[in-house]
Amino acid sequence: MKDFNYHSAKDSKEASKLASSSSAFLAGGMTTIPSMKLGLATYKDLIDIKNIKKLSGIKVSGKSVTIGAATKHVEVSNSKDVKKAIPSLSSLAEGIGDPQVRNRGTIGGSIANNDPSADYPSACIALNATIHTNERKIEAVKFFKGMFETALKKGELIEAIEFQIPEKSSYQKHPNPASRYAIVGVYVAKHKGDVNVAVTGAKSCVYNDKEMSKALSGNFSSSSIDGMDLDSSEMNTDMHASAEFRASLVVTQAKKAVDAC
Amino acid sequence: MIKSLWVKILIKGEIMGKISLEVNGRKVEKEASDNTLLSTFLREHLQLTGTHIGCDTSQCGACVVHVDGNSLKSCTALAADVNGSKVTTIEGLETNGKMHPMQEAFKKLHGLQCGFCTPGMVMSAVDLLQKNKKPSDTEIRDWLEGNICRCTGYQNIVAAVKEAATKM
Repeated sequence: MKDFNYHSAKDSKEASKLASSSSAFLAGGMTTIPSMKLGLATYKDLIDIKNIKKLSGIKVSGKSVTIGAATKHVEVSNSKDVKKAIPSLSSLAEGIGDPQVRNRGTIGGSIANNDPSADYPSACIALNATIHTNERKIEAVKFFKGMFETALKKGELIEAIEFQIPEKSSYQKHPNPASRYAIVGVYVAKHKGDVNVAVTGAKSCVYNDKEMSKALSGNFSSSSIDGMDLDSSEMNTDMHASAEFRASLVVTQAKKAVDAC
Repeated sequence: MIKSLWVKILIKGEIMGKISLEVNGRKVEKEASDNTLLSTFLREHLQLTGTHIGCDTSQCGACVVHVDGNSLKSCTALAADVNGSKVTTIEGLETNGKMHPMQEAFKKLHGLQCGFCTPGMVMSAVDLLQKNKKPSDTEIRDWLEGNICRCTGYQNIVAAVKEAATKM
C-alpha cells in the first residue's frame, strides 16, 4: 500500500477542512483499505471520522429512524429500536458481509461508496431516506448517481441517514455465495399511498422499479407481479449471473419480499 | 485520549507515528508508518506471527484478532486507527502454558488439517461464544462465514466449537 498521512478528525468541521482532491474519509475502511491495498485507489490523506461522537448513534421518532453515518452494521442489527420500528432494516444489516465486517463497517461508508451490489442503498431508496451531510439534506433518489458515484461534493461528509418508517417492508437478496454481496437484492416498502421496490445488484446503480411499484401500489400482493417480464437490456452480466437471470431474480426476490411483509 | 497525542515524525522519508496498544495484556509502543496494517504491525513489529495472512483481501479470515473484545480482520484495519485499543491475538489465549478450551477442542476433534486458517477460526469462534454461549450448528456456520478453510470441510470445526461451548 502506498504511503499516506493518517488523520483523526475530532469533528465534521475539522474533517471537512482536511479534505482535498486526493483525500478520503475513513470510517470502517471495509472498502477503502482493500481498494488501496489492491492499488485501485490512492490517497495522500486518510481522514478518520470514527471518533467524531456526533456521527454515531440511532434515534427513533414517530415517523423516522435516524442513523449516524459512523454507526456500525452490528449496532444497527442489534438495536432493539430499529428492530421494532423497521425490522427489515435490522435484518438487512445482519446480512451484510460477515461478523468481522459488521463489527467494523458503517452505514455512511456503505452509501458513500455506492457499490452497485451493496445492501444499504436499496434501503435508502425503499424507505424514502434523507441523507444529512455537513452542508445539506439530500433525498436518496437524488443521492445515488451511478456506479460508485453519489451527489457528494469534495469535502462533503455524510452525518446521518434518516429513514421513513413504512407500514410494511422486507428486504430479500440472492447473495453471491463467496462474497455475500447481492447478486440481486430487492427492498419492498409499503408506505401510506405508495410502494417502493428498490433493486440493488441488477444494474450499475440502485434504482426503484417503477413497473413493479405501480403494480404493487394497485394491489399489494405477490400475484400482481408474478411472471412480470422485466427489461434486462441495462442489467449486469458477469461470471455469476447473466442479465436475463438477474431480471428473473428481481421478480422472484420482489415476490418473496412482498410475501414476507 | 491517545489519539490526540498522535505525533508525526519523518524517518527515512516515511511518515511515522507512535502506535500504543495493549497486546495480550502487555503494553506496547512502537513507531510505525501511517500505512501499516494491524496485521503487519502484529507480525513484523511485534513478531506475533500466529496471526496469519491468507488472502490479504478480507475474505479468508486467517488474520482475525480481537480489538476491544470484538473480532476483526487485522489485514483490513490500520494500526493507527486502532491506536489505544486492547488487542488479543491467538498467542494471548493460553493461560500459564495451558491451551484455551477452544484450542483444546480443535485439537481433540481434529478441527484442522494444515492449520493455516486455524488462528483466525479460533479467534472468530471465541468471539462467537462470548456473544452466544450455546450456538446451534446453523449459528456457528453463519458466524464462521468470514473464515475460509480449504482442508476440513468444516464438519470438525463446527463440532469443535460445540465442544468448546460446553467447557467455556
